Amino acid sequence: MSATAWAWLVLLFPLLGSIVIGVGFHALPQKVAGIIGTVSIALAFACGIGALLSLLGEDPEARHHASSLWDYASVAGLDIKLGIFVDPLSVFMVLIVTGVSTLIHLYSYGYMQSDEGYHRFFSYLNFFVFSMLLLVLAGNFVLLTVGWAFVGFASYALISFWYRRETATRAGMKAFVINVVGDIGLVLAAFLIFRELGSFDYGTVFEKAPEVFTTNEWTITAICLLLLVGAFAKSAQLPLHTWLPDAMEGPTPVSSLIHAATMVTAGVYLIARTHVLFELAPTAADIAAFVGLATLLVAATMALVMTDLKRAIAYSTMSQIGYMIMGVSIGAYSAGMFHLMTHAFFKALLFMAAGSIIAAMANDQNIDRMSGFGKAMRFTSITFVCGALALAAFPGTSGFFSKDEILAFAEARGGMYLIFTVLGYVGALMTAIYSFRLVFRVLPGRPCKEAQELIDTGHVAHEAPKNPATGEPEDTDVGFPGPEHHIAEQSLPMRVAMGVLAVLALVGGLIQIPGVDDVVTKFLDPVWEGSPLAAIEPTLGEDYTGLGIGGVIALLGIGIAYVLYVRRPELPRRLEQRLRPLHTLFANKWYFDEAIDFLVVRPALAIGRFANRTFERFVVDGLVNGTAETVRGAGGVVRAVQSGFVRSYALLLIAGFAGLALYFLLSSS
Amino acid sequence: MSIDWFIVLSALLFATGALGILLRRSPMVILLCLELMLNAGNLALVAFSRMVGNGQGQVFAVIVMVIAACEVVVGLGLIVAIFRRRIPLNVDDLRELRG
Repeated sequence: MSATAWAWLVLLFPLLGSIVIGVGFHALPQKVAGIIGTVSIALAFACGIGALLSLLGEDPEARHHASSLWDYASVAGLDIKLGIFVDPLSVFMVLIVTGVSTLIHLYSYGYMQSDEGYHRFFSYLNFFVFSMLLLVLAGNFVLLTVGWAFVGFASYALISFWYRRETATRAGMKAFVINVVGDIGLVLAAFLIFRELGSFDYGTVFEKAPEVFTTNEWTITAICLLLLVGAFAKSAQLPLHTWLPDAMEGPTPVSSLIHAATMVTAGVYLIARTHVLFELAPTAADIAAFVGLATLLVAATMALVMTDLKRAIAYSTMSQIGYMIMGVSIGAYSAGMFHLMTHAFFKALLFMAAGSIIAAMANDQNIDRMSGFGKAMRFTSITFVCGALALAAFPGTSGFFSKDEILAFAEARGGMYLIFTVLGYVGALMTAIYSFRLVFRVLPGRPCKEAQELIDTGHVAHEAPKNPATGEPEDTDVGFPGPEHHIAEQSLPMRVAMGVLAVLALVGGLIQIPGVDDVVTKFLDPVWEGSPLAAIEPTLGEDYTGLGIGGVIALLGIGIAYVLYVRRPELPRRLEQRLRPLHTLFANKWYFDEAIDFLVVRPALAIGRFANRTFERFVVDGLVNGTAETVRGAGGVVRAVQSGFVRSYALLLIAGFAGLALYFLLSSS
Repeated sequence: MSIDWFIVLSALLFATGALGILLRRSPMVILLCLELMLNAGNLALVAFSRMVGNGQGQVFAVIVMVIAACEVVVGLGLIVAIFRRRIPLNVDDLRELRG
């Protein structure tokens, strides 16, 4: 079977799964729905492997195929096909998306057990996977936009999954609105591309772009900046990031899959996919790199002070995506994609472990209230530590190799790009500190009430669940955690998923050791063929110096976290008091929400109110009511004729007929 | 015989019928007047047909008769229905469709 045939199958299974579960939710028992959902994604993963093997069997230069099922629209020079594009980059993404999704479906199978909306959840989740696969497999900008928007909707539906929670529905709306801002950027970019190049097709666009555009011409820069708006909104980069922390209102598997491992990396994929355009617009690429850098630093500072377990991990996700955006923008394509992969492993794992702990805490996410889970939930804590080690780039773990590869590339590119290396290491230090801050706050110490019960009785026993944001009692009719909620770490599917990911987080980096195997780089290289930036390669010496520095920084960060949160737990509070303004700034998320509110929301509201008072009231209402009045008046006149007397109708008829006859007689003579 | 007489007779018949419809109130008489108008038309058709010298006009006259027969059936049916419901047979009283 050809690679494209496999790719079509990859798309088919999640779609089928979503439809079958969505339509048949009445007939299917809960277990069956979960199994259908999980198996359809597993089959998609298997087909992804098929596509991979089929690609590997070909010549590296010939590893790109376009295939289309039918014409989507074909008018006046516009030719859009329902087509996919299969090359190492898309297959790489397919494997990450389906692979991680399979595990997260498995996890959800156990995690959502007591949820009333079990079928709905799996249907949405399968739909999300389908959309994401459509996004990465799309063969033209139109289909890309379709996938892009579908993913946004799936994210909205899943954030607001517990729809009786007002905070969740609000967060869903926020995510959707910000994502639509990005969609608009992407659509406008596609329009511009079509105007300049006359095609939406990837192959044609990337072939013609270097001939049509000169470097840094304003049109190509505009195209790239618009693409970046889309990428930033989807990937939660400054200043369009505020939806991501709020998105943590959704069920934890959703945070794990969509808001850590896959969807938020769509922006990184987009930049890598359109790297031909970005190399023609170095200014735009540099802007992207600086935004990535700013995001990774700002998000890391916020992750340092968040007391909400999931939100802290969410900020860390933003920060790690900052690394990836920075990487693919400066030309470290393979390294960026590699970091995307390792990040998917360890971040999905961290969220799963956090979900397990949160389940034990009855949805309470406040780390101030957590302690002693190391003893209470041994399996979860081991996996949590594995994830944190990889996130902190502990030597030998997956994050260690991937993060340092990006920074080593920046160093090899030299010049201005050294800033990225230096500040990237600063970010790495903060990463190590905040990831182990979570570990040391949650796992060791005297067990809190919930943890103690776990140790004593062996199962979770907690009070009635409350919404952590508002303190209102949760409506367990629509959601988790149901009254019988004893799943934390005790469900086998969850353990399997966490175990596999823990192993991957630890050893996933070994496929890409500089100078030893370089599997990812070798596989992805044909995609960047002919790119001058991809040809830059750090020397082995630079690579290993970078790894050395990275390792030392990781150990240093973990050490600092150990001193701060285990040895001298009173220190953080003293630091907080000493650096009061800074802490306030970080804890209030750099006032981004307030700034957006002040700069965008309020002016928009004011304009709306003004327009309502003037234009709407007088012009629009006047037009509408005026039309209605005219029609009514005219109707009144005509009504008088309808007297109901048959004979008057007959008179009118005869008079009219006579009039007509007279007219023709007169005009003919 | 010149065609003028036929046309004059037809016009007179037509005018009689039209006046009858406008002036009389009984549906029965109105129906009769309608017939009168139709047959005035028929007379004109046949006359013109003779003048031209082929039978096409007569064919039209036959068709008009058929239509007239249908119309009478419907009209008489209506009158019988009105009569059965004991509504006075006066077209000026039947004005429910006033706008």
